[in-house]
Amino acid sequence: MDLNEFQAKELFRKYGIPIPQGNVAHSTEEAVQAASANPRVVIKAQVLTGGRGKAGGIKVANTIREVEDGAGEILSMSIKGFKVNKVLVEEQLDIKKELYLCVVLDRENEGYKLIFSETGGIDIEELARREPENIKTTNIEPFPGLVPFQLREILHSLGEETKKYAREIYQIMNRLYTLFIETDAKLAEINPLVVTGEGKCVACDAKVSIDDNALFRHSELLSCRLPEDEIPLEREAREKGLSYIKMEGNIGCLVNGAGLAMATMDVLKHYGGSPANFLDIGGGAKAKQVKDALEIINKDTGVNTIFINIFGGIVRCDLVAEGILKAKKELNIKKKLVIRLIGTNDQKAYEMLDREGLRVFTGMADAAIKAVELAKEI
Amino acid sequence: MSILLDRSSRIVIQGAAGVEGMFHTEQMLSYGSRVVAGVDPSLKTDNIAGVPAYKLLKEAISNHSPDTSIIFVPAPFAFDAIMEAIYCGIKTIIVITEGIPITDFLKIKQYSRDRDVCIIGPNCPGVIVPEECKAGIMPGHIFKKGEVGVISRSGTLTYEIVLALSSSGIGQSTCVGIGGDPVPGSSFIDILKKFKDDEQTRVVVLIGEIGGSAEEMAAEYIRSEFGKPVVAFIAGKSAPPGKTMGHAGAIISAGVGTAEEKIEALERAGVKTASVPDRIPELVREYL
Repeated sequence: MDLNEFQAKELFRKYGIPIPQGNVAHSTEEAVQAASANPRVVIKAQVLTGGRGKAGGIKVANTIREVEDGAGEILSMSIKGFKVNKVLVEEQLDIKKELYLCVVLDRENEGYKLIFSETGGIDIEELARREPENIKTTNIEPFPGLVPFQLREILHSLGEETKKYAREIYQIMNRLYTLFIETDAKLAEINPLVVTGEGKCVACDAKVSIDDNALFRHSELLSCRLPEDEIPLEREAREKGLSYIKMEGNIGCLVNGAGLAMATMDVLKHYGGSPANFLDIGGGAKAKQVKDALEIINKDTGVNTIFINIFGGIVRCDLVAEGILKAKKELNIKKKLVIRLIGTNDQKAYEMLDREGLRVFTGMADAAIKAVELAKEI
Repeated sequence: MSILLDRSSRIVIQGAAGVEGMFHTEQMLSYGSRVVAGVDPSLKTDNIAGVPAYKLLKEAISNHSPDTSIIFVPAPFAFDAIMEAIYCGIKTIIVITEGIPITDFLKIKQYSRDRDVCIIGPNCPGVIVPEECKAGIMPGHIFKKGEVGVISRSGTLTYEIVLALSSSGIGQSTCVGIGGDPVPGSSFIDILKKFKDDEQTRVVVLIGEIGGSAEEMAAEYIRSEFGKPVVAFIAGKSAPPGKTMGHAGAIISAGVGTAEEKIEALERAGVKTASVPDRIPELVREYL
């Protein structure tokens, strides 16, 4: 689960990491209100996607008029399909130096790593390409976790100018690591970590992503999931226990198993089609999950053909057929259907679907080719 | 020969009293697996599907000496169950459970590293030696005894490919689901090493997907040491970056983990990759 910047900063505040003064605003009026004491602010779109700066989602204002214009403009934007519905209005910082700091899950080393750079403010991937020598990485093992000497080693290697702030940087590193561990984060990033003219270190931006699998022990973070931040169909799917990701194509996919769901999209694409979504109905799916999934795909106005691809192992094909028939009857599905079912109880499913005049494919490739063909018809 | 399991493997089920645990205990028994005991802290009877059951793994071990554990315990309690298995000296631990917090598993991984323990999973369908032993949740009837080793990060996609192999008359030596989590107990390389030493296995089918760089590392191992032909399929060519595609580990982040990179690395290592899953049997046949 990705947090919005303002939510991540709220966590920073809790853990004693300095942040700029700011307020969240949902309207131009609220933005003006937030800037009334000091109109020299930065207005930042709060959306759960990257690249908001490039998209024009961050604006600097010096007068109330500029706040009004800037907030109005950002609040009417969409960034990568996400409608902006709130902004963070923050005091401008007197930036003397920009640093980079993050703690992140490290799959390859089976632990975590702390990454620090004296060059901040640009993408870490870009930085890694441009000046890899300026990135300092420290590997952290689950046991014993971050050990103080590891931070001292980093600080020791800093340039003279940055060294003046070593104490504060040390403290922020420690606190960010504690936050990372205690919230079961996959990523906690400060980019840039700003050194101000007054010589203070402040987290100018904040990015935190929590391990979804650990949310069961973080009820305090559940309120960070705001309905308005999610793509509506994705929210509906999540609430129904389905794993669904919306894309831009015209062939809706309904599959059991994540690997097969990805492969199904790939196969459609291979034969010249365009998948509209990823959807895994789950390992123990029954008629209800199938019907729920069809309901969601049916709501996607970009979809004209639905491709159902089920490999019955634990999932029983007859129950899938029951779900399809129920959905067809109750949801008035007008979109074209291509059904591929094979595995446990498939004969029974074929009979059920045959009675209703629905053709069933047994091979995935044949079915995919058919779906692509139908999707291209007008 | 096979790897990890064989006809004589003695299996204990952890989390045996749950719906999944009970169902699959029966399924494994009917496949012919030697399930010797069940364990579940919330147990109310002394047997599950006719198998003697206990509240503690320790008791099951002293009475039935299992060598393999399969874990169905729900994610919040999986750390406890896996650690119990390691402490009790079980050497092969297969974790079916999906949704284990990554930090829990990293601790387990580090703890198990120097203890001669083989963990398969989590978030996996398990291991099957066709016509001998099944320690997992896969539909047994699609597998056929033979000479192809299968390693995969996914479940149903593996069944799809195995069915295609079996229907073409190509059997399997052992099929191992290493699971869809970002950090698996056993990597592709760990399993490839076992297949290298297994006489029955002549070809390996590797089924990978986007996220991380396990396939790239496997490619390097295959190129330099493996010595047997490998055929691969990588899922997720059409997946958008930055999105978790169902499996916790299936995410392209910071440009790392794309299908294209993996396919390229594998091809460079001499691995034939299939453009669609259906093509796997013909590629495998070239080596048999």
